[in-house]
Amino acid sequence: MVKTRIIPVEKIWSILETVTDPEVPVLTITDLGIVRGVKINDDQVEVIITPTYTGCPAMDMIAMNIRLALIENGFQNIKITSVLSPVWTTDWMSEAGRQKLKEYGIAPPNPRQQVCNNDLFAQDEAVQCPLCNSYHTHRISEFGSTACKSLYQCDDCREPFDYFKCH
Amino acid sequence: MKEALINYTLHLADNALILGHRNSEWCGHGPILEQDIAITNISLDLIGQARNFYQYAALLKADGSTEDIFAYLRDAPEFKNCLLVEQPRGDWAVTILRQFLFSNYQYLLYQQLQNNEDEQIAAIAAKALKEVVYHLRWSSEWVIRLGDGTEDSNQRINKAIDELSPFISELFQPASYEKEVGIDVSLLAKDWMEKLTAVFEEATLSIPANPNQHTGGKEGKHSEHLSALLSEMQQLQRAYPDSEW
Repeated sequence: MVKTRIIPVEKIWSILETVTDPEVPVLTITDLGIVRGVKINDDQVEVIITPTYTGCPAMDMIAMNIRLALIENGFQNIKITSVLSPVWTTDWMSEAGRQKLKEYGIAPPNPRQQVCNNDLFAQDEAVQCPLCNSYHTHRISEFGSTACKSLYQCDDCREPFDYFKCH
Repeated sequence: MKEALINYTLHLADNALILGHRNSEWCGHGPILEQDIAITNISLDLIGQARNFYQYAALLKADGSTEDIFAYLRDAPEFKNCLLVEQPRGDWAVTILRQFLFSNYQYLLYQQLQNNEDEQIAAIAAKALKEVVYHLRWSSEWVIRLGDGTEDSNQRINKAIDELSPFISELFQPASYEKEVGIDVSLLAKDWMEKLTAVFEEATLSIPANPNQHTGGKEGKHSEHLSALLSEMQQLQRAYPDSEW
């Protein structure tokens, strides 16, 4: 008689820690804070994820990469569930994730609700240049290369850089 | 009741998809690179919203419908979007003004919907609301820049007001399915006008008061512009049925 072996949840989490965001490949999905939970139902592994932005085209790829990583590790019965609530914010990003972003050249998100308001022509957020650490920077565009980033330039070292905007 | 909820969910999805598609027409043609990226980012957000609502409608309908079937295989009379979003993109002033008129409305609507008794509608609205805040701020700033800008930009945005103002009142006239699911959009009109007045005053623009108002889009009676849009958007799926990426 074949006895179903019990799958340890920690094993699944350690596999998820190897799956990266296709658009910001230095970040893993656990750094980003988009994995909401892991459930084991007999031999089925269910991974619950949440999108960063509504229209983020990386989500489909992330779901596929999770599936592939689990298959590579011998799991076959895999379910990926996407939930919208509670809403993801940049506060879900881990400290390690913020550090990795900075090293990669993307300014990590400021603590939420600093100046995330609806005032028109609001002053730019004070964002630290990830290259020379100056706060003497300005925003070029609120909308950047992906939905989660805006475009800044450093007034000291003159480098343009991406800012993972607070959300 | 379930039928009404499906229709209402499709209405929310159609508004987002059609405006998202209209804005995407600017991809590669924006007046400057940063604004080209901005308007296409807004498209992406809107199409993302549409996907969430279509997926939910498919779940409710439970007859094998999918988000793709809703988007690609329905004809114009089955679409429930308001007439405002299907109007041609026009010049930059028309696109900006339409985005402002719509984001102002969507912001107020989603604020209500995030507390809706239907948990999935509430979750989609709460998620999207964070993005609509960006859309509203960006489009408000641009209305002010154009209105209080050069003679040319002022003339263009005034022309845009003439073109788009006939499609405002439809936003606040409840369709049958909205009444059935208990959403009273007419209650949003006051706050909407307050925001518009504040922005228009700063933009040195007059408040639109066009007596000729068109309605019917929410009930499937569309202008010819929607058919043209759909024939382009659905072309691939119609020519090669069931093709996938």
